Amino acid sequence: MTITQQAPREPMAFPRAAQPFIALGLAVLAEVGIAFFVLNVVAVPLIAVWVGIPLLLVFVPCTRWFANCHRTLYAGITGTVIPRPYKKPPMPGLLMWLRTTLTDPATWRDIAWLLVNAVVGFVLNLLSAVLFLGSVFYLIYPFLVWVTPDGVFTQPLGGLFTVNVATSFVMIPVGLLVFLIWLGSGERLLKAAAYVGKSLLGPTENAQLAIRVRELSDSRAETVDTQAAELRRIERDLHDGAQARLAALSMSLGMAEEMVARDPAKAAALLTEARESAGTALSELRDLVRGIHPPVLADRGLDGAVRALALSLPFKVDVTIDLPGRPPAPVESAAYFAIAEALANALKHAAATTAWVQISHEQERLHLLVGDDGVGGATVRPGGGLYGIERRLAAFDGTLTVASPTGGPTTVIMELPCESSSLKITPSSGTA
Amino acid sequence: MRVVIAEDHALLRDGLIRLLEAHDFEVLEAVDNGPRLVPALVEHRPDVAVVDVRLPPTFTDEGLKAAIEARRKVPGLPVLVLSQYVEQLYARELLTGGGGAVGYLLKDRVSNVADFLDSVRRVAAGGTAMDPDVISQLLARNTRDEPIGRLTPRESEVLGLMAEGRSNAAIAGALFVTEKAVSKHTNNIFAKLDLPPSEDDNRRVMAVLSYLSSR
Repeated sequence: MTITQQAPREPMAFPRAAQPFIALGLAVLAEVGIAFFVLNVVAVPLIAVWVGIPLLLVFVPCTRWFANCHRTLYAGITGTVIPRPYKKPPMPGLLMWLRTTLTDPATWRDIAWLLVNAVVGFVLNLLSAVLFLGSVFYLIYPFLVWVTPDGVFTQPLGGLFTVNVATSFVMIPVGLLVFLIWLGSGERLLKAAAYVGKSLLGPTENAQLAIRVRELSDSRAETVDTQAAELRRIERDLHDGAQARLAALSMSLGMAEEMVARDPAKAAALLTEARESAGTALSELRDLVRGIHPPVLADRGLDGAVRALALSLPFKVDVTIDLPGRPPAPVESAAYFAIAEALANALKHAAATTAWVQISHEQERLHLLVGDDGVGGATVRPGGGLYGIERRLAAFDGTLTVASPTGGPTTVIMELPCESSSLKITPSSGTA
Repeated sequence: MRVVIAEDHALLRDGLIRLLEAHDFEVLEAVDNGPRLVPALVEHRPDVAVVDVRLPPTFTDEGLKAAIEARRKVPGLPVLVLSQYVEQLYARELLTGGGGAVGYLLKDRVSNVADFLDSVRRVAAGGTAMDPDVISQLLARNTRDEPIGRLTPRESEVLGLMAEGRSNAAIAGALFVTEKAVSKHTNNIFAKLDLPPSEDDNRRVMAVLSYLSSR
């Protein structure tokens, strides 16, 4: 099975017929924006006399709402998401909010955008709308001349000449020409206006970095939490499992030592007990180590470990792996556990009879696909297995997508950034 | 019986030497790393080699690779591989070397001295000793549409023991039945799995394992 990934496009989310009306609406909104601009410009100097503060408390959220509406619209037009670049106040409180807002470049860029949009955006959008509406107007010109009283529509193109119902058909080619011009330029004009808006409404490089820092500190906090929980689990498992068993073993041995001269038969029984206890302790330690880092992953890397995993599952798993080398250990481990969890889900919940795993490295990303022919209906729920994978991958900036319609099949698509330069060439897997 | 041991932990190495020497084995050499293992095996040609999977310098599957390489240089060299973990993947690699005379056991099994010595002797005699964990994993695989799904529980049990490398007599002993009953089960199994029966213990294990792992 091959999954071909579509190259990213930049589609316009609106139907073509809606464009002129969107353009017209945007042109009108551009002029409404002037009102927001004026209100803000008036309010800011009034801070000096305190009156500005309540005014800003009202106007700034209004402006942001207005700008956010445009962000959504522009995203639909240009096909790319425009992030909201606003800073969050570091502490709650009105004055803190005011301070953060006033020092946030995004606030001032919003205001600048209101002005620019009122001029540039207005012209571009209006032109796009007028081209369309004008072409329609001249295409139906003979009809207009016919239905209206004499003298209303007899002088097209600003009164250059006079027409009647019969001669007004000369305007149809003009209408056609304008329509063609709109066809060629309408979308571009709309996009141009959107790009002007996007350049001011989108985050600056600094704001982008700030957003990134926020994302990174969130994912770091989560990673640290997960790690700490994992360490607690290991500590508990060791304490309740192997440690307790070894203590019991040591006691049995002590008793046997003391008893060996007096009652050899009883000592032998104690020794047997001790040996069984040691065996259980070892098998518990083995499971624990597998959960931390499977030995076969250390030995053979992702390739061997996933193949070994596939062999140990009670259903057929097709494994296709195309890797030029071994990813760095943490990435390898995250990828392995993500695949193991996805396969465990297929086993536990999907009632699958076959599954497949595909691993490849393209465009500096590790692609992991896990599919099964089970019942489907898998979703990412907080606390669920897939959510756990998502968190695990998020620590590496990885993503998880689940396609699982009810009735199946389920496909889990995972991606992890992994630069080619960091791939270690696998030492020969032969026996040399 | 002459043995070469490869084990990097001094305690375990000494334990193995003591255990084997106490039971009339002659330990020719005990190495503690991978690179020295192959020359030692080729030089001494022991009756059996007891090899740890994880050895220096890589501390990965050095021992396994050395064992496979030695068996390529000395065909049929009996090797018993010990490991802290059993992986089907490794069991399969050892078996595809061909010729039987291989074993793959969890290190814990050493503590059951009688069973362990039995495994060593079986491998030395050209037989097979597979860890019950490997076998139970193989048998636990989804058998819905497979001929193996047609086996009765008793036949599965017999197949499991057979796949570990045990003889009919040993299976009869383990299941407290007569040897005749075992051979009846065995014939049924071969019929159901469409395998021609053979007098050779090792070949029948190979057939069973390759059948199980080919899926």
